[in-house]
Amino acid sequence: MLFLQAIQWILDPEHWAAVNFQAGIAEELGAHLWLSFLALVFTAAVALPVGLYIGHTGRGRGFAIVVANVVRAVPTLGLLSVLLLVSLALPPAVFVFVLLGVPPLLAGAYAGLEAVDRQTIDASRAMGMTEWQILRRVELPLAAPLILGGLRGATLQIIASVTLVSNFGINSLGDFILGGLAANDYVQMTAGAILVTVLALLVDGLLAVVQRFAAPRGVSRGRGTTTARGRRLSVPTGTPVSEGN
Amino acid sequence: MSIEFRHVRKTYPDGTTAVEDFSLVVPSHSTTVFVGSSGCGKTTLLRMINRMVDPSDGQILIDEEDVSRVEPVALRRRIGYVMQNSGLLPHRTVIDNVATVPILTGTPKAKARQDALGLLDRVGLDRALANRYPGQLSGGQQQRVGVARGLAADPNILLMDEPFGAVDPIVRDELQQELLRLQRELGKTTVFVTHDIDEAFLLGTQVVILKRGGVVAQIGTPAEILANPADDFVADFVGAKRGKRRLTAEERGAGDDVLLVDAAGYPAGLIAAPGGRLELADALAAGAGPKSRSVSNKTDQAGDA
Repeated sequence: MLFLQAIQWILDPEHWAAVNFQAGIAEELGAHLWLSFLALVFTAAVALPVGLYIGHTGRGRGFAIVVANVVRAVPTLGLLSVLLLVSLALPPAVFVFVLLGVPPLLAGAYAGLEAVDRQTIDASRAMGMTEWQILRRVELPLAAPLILGGLRGATLQIIASVTLVSNFGINSLGDFILGGLAANDYVQMTAGAILVTVLALLVDGLLAVVQRFAAPRGVSRGRGTTTARGRRLSVPTGTPVSEGN
Repeated sequence: MSIEFRHVRKTYPDGTTAVEDFSLVVPSHSTTVFVGSSGCGKTTLLRMINRMVDPSDGQILIDEEDVSRVEPVALRRRIGYVMQNSGLLPHRTVIDNVATVPILTGTPKAKARQDALGLLDRVGLDRALANRYPGQLSGGQQQRVGVARGLAADPNILLMDEPFGAVDPIVRDELQQELLRLQRELGKTTVFVTHDIDEAFLLGTQVVILKRGGVVAQIGTPAEILANPADDFVADFVGAKRGKRRLTAEERGAGDDVLLVDAAGYPAGLIAAPGGRLELADALAAGAGPKSRSVSNKTDQAGDA
């Protein structure tokens, strides 16, 4: 029942404009997305270069794993509190979520590059590709699905955690959850939770579609002759006739 | 384009020596084969030519030019390279794989693709395969694409690292014949690495038999090596010691052919003997009876190469 009431609460147009004379769903959603987006951009700016460097050169892998695990162990709420007590603004909040997003994206980037067949890379180098060309034309396209997998993980983490900033007066969908809790309004609280969940799932679904299209053609994911894009390839691979001439 | 190894040595940081003091001249427009069992340094030597491996000591010269003074990327682009399992880019079509190096060196895409189609013909591949992905080809077809790619920049030097090691014997046979044909047509300076002595004798004008540590056991034409193995190692490696190479005409087959058997008594093949006479052998070994006449089957083939 609570769930249905919460859905009704969300569908009420008035709640999109304002809730209890404060920011409505539209505004909170915008703020939530904006903060998530900022965090994601900086996450990518840190994790991609480092991850690609580690994956391409094979250097610093152990170090990256240690750092990622240490960062992962930091309690997000605690760090937010400390930083926002010092300065109540957006940048420290973004910083905290970057810490949260870096480990999965970093892992996706270097694991993706490491998964590329060594022989393919060796052959590319022997043909006369520069290291940059190997990265750009061979490793990145082949690693794209795993890198995007890492990005999905980071995005999910960030969108879910951004709710926490409501504790410190920064707008996000978490306002409904916290506001509902304070006012014993469980319908509003559930509605807030649903909104965050749906948002996370939608964005994740969108990235899943991107991921599917990023899978290079010609590389099947172990489903016989169907390519990653799902197009059925013309079947007979080895035509024995042309083998003989 | 001759290639010269001058006192080349390769020691890895962990102390293992892959190659110690190797010297050789690879003559131009012919095929030199490095043959030996795994760990003999043959691939290391091959990869020193295009600087995929740098020697710890010594020099490699291409037409008197020290390769260590050439920028590796530029050097590699003018040397064809074909490897085992083809090493094709799985996310690019056959035609784009072949056109890779010309596009890297600035050939317009359309022209590079057009040239690549011609190369498919050259290596005996149907143009209909041009837009397939490597994963859709058989192993033999992939190797042909690999050879076409190696030839795409029209290099003077072609390096082949066990290119036919992973295909079945029948396809390997075809690919070997195809390579001999290409070599007759193009006359590249080819360095070929294999662990298969039969392949070495078939393809090589000059054969280099290597022992562990890149030590040269013997250098020579296939005929020289077969006729005069330098030592027991070579004799064993080419199979002479086990009598595999010493063939004796034993009995008549159906018709005019004579059956050849090796020293162990296994039938090795037939030799044409019109009218019951071994024409070639009569000229070479006058006086010896057909029963004790010996012929080497592999040397004949290698001589043609």
